[in-house]
Amino acid sequence: MHNNSITQLAEGLRAGDFSSVELTRHYLQRINQLDEGLNSFITITEEQALAQAEAADKKLTAGEGGVLTGIPIAHKDIFCTQGVRTSCGSRMLDNFISPYDATVVERLSDAGVVMLGKTNMDEFAMGSSNETSFYGPVRNPWNLDKVPGGSSGGSAAAVAARLCAAATGTDTGGSIRQPAALCGITGIKPTYGRVSRYGMIAFASSLDQAGPMAASAEDAALMLQAMAGFDQRDSTSMQQPLPDYSATLNESLQGLKVGLPKEYFDEGLDAGVRQSVEQAIEVYTALGAEVREITLPNTGLAVATYYVVAPAECSSNLSRFDGVRGGYRCDNPVDLEDLYKRSRSEGFGEEVKLRILIGAYVLSAGYYDAYYLKAQKLRHLISDDFKQAFEDVDVIMGPASPTTAFGVGEKSDDPVSMYLSDVYTIATNMAGLPGMSIPCAPVGGLPVGLQIIGNYFDEARLLNVAHQFQQQTQWHQQLPEGV
Amino acid sequence: MSFDQSEVEKIAHLARLAVSDDEAQHLTADLSRILDLVAVMEKVDTSGVEAMAHPLHMTQRLRTDEVTETDQRDQNQKIAPATEAGLYLVPRVIE
Repeated sequence: MHNNSITQLAEGLRAGDFSSVELTRHYLQRINQLDEGLNSFITITEEQALAQAEAADKKLTAGEGGVLTGIPIAHKDIFCTQGVRTSCGSRMLDNFISPYDATVVERLSDAGVVMLGKTNMDEFAMGSSNETSFYGPVRNPWNLDKVPGGSSGGSAAAVAARLCAAATGTDTGGSIRQPAALCGITGIKPTYGRVSRYGMIAFASSLDQAGPMAASAEDAALMLQAMAGFDQRDSTSMQQPLPDYSATLNESLQGLKVGLPKEYFDEGLDAGVRQSVEQAIEVYTALGAEVREITLPNTGLAVATYYVVAPAECSSNLSRFDGVRGGYRCDNPVDLEDLYKRSRSEGFGEEVKLRILIGAYVLSAGYYDAYYLKAQKLRHLISDDFKQAFEDVDVIMGPASPTTAFGVGEKSDDPVSMYLSDVYTIATNMAGLPGMSIPCAPVGGLPVGLQIIGNYFDEARLLNVAHQFQQQTQWHQQLPEGV
Repeated sequence: MSFDQSEVEKIAHLARLAVSDDEAQHLTADLSRILDLVAVMEKVDTSGVEAMAHPLHMTQRLRTDEVTETDQRDQNQKIAPATEAGLYLVPRVIE
């Protein structure tokens, strides 16, 4: 059952081949068998899942519900789930039972999905390897000595190992696309403002965006359809028409203008990854796309700019965790300052503390103009590069990550080398554009992701472009050994 | 750019983080490396470039000034470490 697409599962449920309860039990059993080595889940919500599945079965029997009714999925543990622990991968929120549902959770529940549990992640979504989680690292299902990428590493590993039909993720600097690439699955980061951030624990509010992680573009389209759309409760949510993402998957790519930024194929790119991405682009040429080289001249500034903007916003967002209103509180504080300081120091992990400190520094008196204001100006230049490029091309393609999955522990002592693994994904967040990663030919037994970047609110085209590739190739159907 | 330990301690205080001597040493090195990474920004001439705070360079919409939220205090205080009579408890601030 777990090798079927969501559409096939929905058909099976409707035909009575299996019930949602049976399907849910099947996935729960897979989690039981396979997740011990992967550590992709923080919390498994078996009881609620079976209750949701029973409710879905009732709907299905009555001929009600939609394509997602009764489909078991998992949520990244950054999304608030009412009555269920929402840890954000942190000791700080280890005891946090959310009093409400995030909009994404609510909308998917309304669409009838079954929540199997909450997936592991880098602490507060800060990381590119899923090694900063309070709950331990996640392992890559393709090779247990490798990282799954991050920060949505648990969701990526769970989908790659088919422990759920799909999962939710969030992407601040590449946190959907990079783990999707490293685990060989399909992930899309929509345009900033397309999916509500309400109830999604904030890391960097001007960059964070939620999206689906799935086995194929076809499945991702179904998930995004349920997740996206205007939400009054998020002041940055955009009032834009919501297209039918599945309706345009089969449109022809004849004449599609594809831009390849020369900066994304520089000396930092692994030779094997380059070859795999170039082969993938040949598939598009064969489909009738016109491929040309373009330039995004300020690409080299993206990582630097990001490591000012994101920490600045994180230091501000995370100031709410003070040991008073919720979350971790230290034992026996001597005074209020001690309460704040020790609760935060004991509750946050090292990477989070490092980023809070960078943020506090770049925002502090005397440094604001040199760092934060400067970064916001550079952000404009980075954004203008894309604006210029999209005057000539429909989509931009390149690698999602400069290398395949690296070893557990390999980069964890050097924050800067870790940060550079998001070199091709960060600029998209700076500009607020939608981006996607789909699997292309693996290198040395490890998956490679082709990144596709689109213009604002052009998710339908990205999904169409990805789906057409997946009609020509089988990379997205390849499974790790033992899955 | 390199940091010294006393600067790290100052920033840590601003961020209300307690750092041990060992940690401060480690953080000093990491922060210096990150500021070296960020230093590339300085070389770019940004005169005449407008700062961009919103990723789509838009203004956020405003809602009408009406009360829409209901009182959720009991619900929200369930997750607090210590409360009494609807108040959050902290160590004594005023002697």
